[in-house]
Amino acid sequence: MGLLVQHCLETIYTKLKGSLMTEITEVPSPFCGIGTDDLTIRVDGISLKVIENGCAVNTPLFEQAITDTSPRINGSPVSLDAAVNKAAELLKNTKLPVIGGCASDVNGMRGLLALADRCGAVVDNMNFVGARNNFLALQDSGWMNTTLAEVKNRCDLLLVIGSDVEAFAPRFFERYLWTEAMFLEDSSQRQVIYLGKAPSGDASTSPNGNKAQVFECGTADLPEVMAVLRALVKQQPIHAESVAGIAVADLKAIADQLKAANYSVVTWAAGALTFNQAELTVQMLSEMVKDINNQNTRCSGLPLAGKEGDQTANQVCGWTTGYPARTRFSRGYPEYDPFLNDSRELLANGEADALVWVHAFNVASVPPVTDLPTIVVGRSGMTFSKEPDVFIPVGTPGIDHAGHAYRMDNVVAIRLKKLRESGLPSTAEVLKAIEQAL
Amino acid sequence: MLIKLTGGTVYDPAAGVAGQQQDIYIQDGRIINPPAEAKPDKEYDLKGKVVMSGAIDMHTHIGGGKGNIARTLLPEDHRADPVARTHICRSGCGHAMPSTFVTGYRYAEMGYTTGFEPALLPVNARQAHMEMGDIPILDKGGYVMLGSDDYLLRMLTAQKDQKAINDYVAWTMQSAKAIGVKVVNPGGINAFKFNQRKLDLDEQNTHYGITPREILRVLATAIKELGVSHPLHVHGCNLGVPGNMQTTLDTIQGIGGLPMHLTHIQFHSYGTEGDFKFSSGAAQIAEAINLNKNITIDVGQILFGQTVTASGDSMRQHANHKHASPNKWVTMDIECDAGCGVVPFKYKDQNFVNALQWAIGLETFLLVDDPWRIFLTTDHPNGAPFTSYPHLIRLLMDKSFRNDVLATIHPEAQKMTTLASIDREYSLQEIAIMTRAGAAKLIGLKDRGGLSAGNWADITVYTDNPNREQMFEKPDYVFKDGELVVVDGKVVHVTWGTTHVVKPDFDPSVEKGLKEYFDRYLTMKLGNFKISDDEITEDGRGSITVHPTV
Repeated sequence: MGLLVQHCLETIYTKLKGSLMTEITEVPSPFCGIGTDDLTIRVDGISLKVIENGCAVNTPLFEQAITDTSPRINGSPVSLDAAVNKAAELLKNTKLPVIGGCASDVNGMRGLLALADRCGAVVDNMNFVGARNNFLALQDSGWMNTTLAEVKNRCDLLLVIGSDVEAFAPRFFERYLWTEAMFLEDSSQRQVIYLGKAPSGDASTSPNGNKAQVFECGTADLPEVMAVLRALVKQQPIHAESVAGIAVADLKAIADQLKAANYSVVTWAAGALTFNQAELTVQMLSEMVKDINNQNTRCSGLPLAGKEGDQTANQVCGWTTGYPARTRFSRGYPEYDPFLNDSRELLANGEADALVWVHAFNVASVPPVTDLPTIVVGRSGMTFSKEPDVFIPVGTPGIDHAGHAYRMDNVVAIRLKKLRESGLPSTAEVLKAIEQAL
Repeated sequence: MLIKLTGGTVYDPAAGVAGQQQDIYIQDGRIINPPAEAKPDKEYDLKGKVVMSGAIDMHTHIGGGKGNIARTLLPEDHRADPVARTHICRSGCGHAMPSTFVTGYRYAEMGYTTGFEPALLPVNARQAHMEMGDIPILDKGGYVMLGSDDYLLRMLTAQKDQKAINDYVAWTMQSAKAIGVKVVNPGGINAFKFNQRKLDLDEQNTHYGITPREILRVLATAIKELGVSHPLHVHGCNLGVPGNMQTTLDTIQGIGGLPMHLTHIQFHSYGTEGDFKFSSGAAQIAEAINLNKNITIDVGQILFGQTVTASGDSMRQHANHKHASPNKWVTMDIECDAGCGVVPFKYKDQNFVNALQWAIGLETFLLVDDPWRIFLTTDHPNGAPFTSYPHLIRLLMDKSFRNDVLATIHPEAQKMTTLASIDREYSLQEIAIMTRAGAAKLIGLKDRGGLSAGNWADITVYTDNPNREQMFEKPDYVFKDGELVVVDGKVVHVTWGTTHVVKPDFDPSVEKGLKEYFDRYLTMKLGNFKISDDEITEDGRGSITVHPTV
């Protein structure tokens, strides 16, 4: 392992001197969640430049420079071996370590779950509070959902609930709506309706200038608005004339459009539904989708998600344990609890006794500050307000090593490419080494 | 290392051995002829034991997105069967849709050494292989799903010739790393996206004007012409619909003598007689199977209890959601490629329909004459979890046990089945054919499923026991590639199996049309779609075994 660091430094120097410039096409992104795989990236030594098809989300995350190559213990550079051994030592006699972040590729999650199984840890994906809104609805009543290629080729009406699609994924409209469709004569005739939140830009405006319809309300009013919309879809009588500032007549028009469409799609970002018991709103809209399918047409849900390994975490945890990525191994077998296994709660209330933070994608996604022993396996360039006991910089999947990442629709796992020779170890290699050192 | 298995009673239908006492020698993972100087490093005294090759499940949903949806959907089912970590095994969960590691352990612990995922969606094949990559001990493989993909339907509408279809099928098999091709509700998953709610064999897709019969014909022809051993694997039209027996009979006739495998045929063998307008079509179906030697089937037996159905058949699963128990369910339309539906089911012996489904499956087993053309499956987890196989084997091998259970099911269902009058009991040799030699032959595994020299040493040793359920649920020993992995029904050593594929030839120019289609209509680049070998092997434990075409 010591050799690995040396090799890494040597590689970096060689590349800098040699200035080997290449352009790589059809690069898939693990960052944006919508599976863009048409980026062109210029590789100059270890620096990357997005040449084509970048966006506000992907470009900075690809171009983030490597600053750390050396692991640290208490802030001092050490060999990878030493850092791995120190991490194992910190974990050795813990009773309830928590592994947070959980942002890596499939192999990274495999290594993470093996380590958690070995040391009886709690595994908790950092965006689970948002994802929980979906899981609770799914596990209570289910849903009828679709995937991006069906949206692209069939969707004639997109209803957005309480979410800003283009801020979430800047290229969503360009790639999946304002583009050729197999089953629509004129894809620019697609209808877009925002319910709850107004869009932050004009990406939802069709190429021929048709603007989206927008019906704004407070985010916290969405439960009420969705309940009325579903009631209207089911032809229930509504006596009120307006709900949370939206005219019932407007909601009735949306219900009618949904029923008149051939293949409408209802989309939402679970993390944007920032109010208590938002799972009931996800359930309400998912049940509404089912209701529409019982009225002689098709309609599907499309949860927006999947940034920086969220879907990957839940998928791999799903097949490894049966449960989503908020699962503990402290009794020797996996136990899922979407509330009790919240790592921030466990850190705050003193139940946890060590923190492992794994985030290979984003230097801004730093661990919560805690006085507990802290091990960070993070993207090179991460800075901390409180230096962790152990920091091991790792490569980013899809940049420094090949890998797999799930798209938002949970069906397509994209094959991530290795773009440069940075010598940084992968998340999987580091976590496997820690497990073996235990 | 030379291992000798001494004096066991061997059932090896592939070599025509039916219960003879034989010694078996293992070296370097394979079975060898008795060496001139036999000084084994390790010898197992198997006198009085029953020896078979490792069992092969030719249709079991062990990898892929719909299985993971099923897992996510049912935390309460996992909580009832937690599986703790041991010094050699990972933790996980069991019951209806076990975690990947537990899937491998539990299959091995009942003497199975190979399993095939029957529904590899091309666009989701990567996930299926990654999940199967986390299933220890077992060899695995998959049948790639075609027939509702818009690319094929566009080709049919454009009246592309059979050669072009063959190229596309071969390209898809190679891209998805498959060993067979499956079609699910031919064209029906696609039709559901156009709001059709049923599709009979000769009913047209409203957009393409193509019928299921045409899809079956071109795909079965492609498989034959490409030389793929495993015949087209067919989940027919109208799954679960009373009266679908006629659809199934028409499907058999419609294929015109081409090799075809009809899967989970129990779900496709229903009549409409009786007070409840639901009756057994098993006798007619079995008669057709017996007459048409080009047809093979697996049964998809249901067994009573909680399970979850996970199918590519979004159209029929949507219709079946009203039977969901517990009442939660998922359907998905997928990538102009396929779809899926996940519906939890609780099969009840006091429910008339469920009770008769149980009887229909058993009638099918007992009325089909040739054990080389019928396979033991529950369509895991759809009819029952795979862990119920030992119970199913006892039902087949023990008439008095079968009749005891029959006497407890819904009384109207008892009146509607001929089961009590069927005397047949499966022999150990017939079980070995269905679960070993026949499955290996069907899929084209030349050196698995047999115990003669040259075969890989996948071997299961049982203690003979008149209670066949007890016998088959706890083998004394299981060897995988010559390594002892199970003793007394418990995993003692964890190995990693290979992934079986075929690589039928195609004209590389097939990618020209595909690339244009991908760029115009799909959401990933053609080059990023194809699964490379290293995706399966890069973790250091997976491997790929390529089988020849015929």
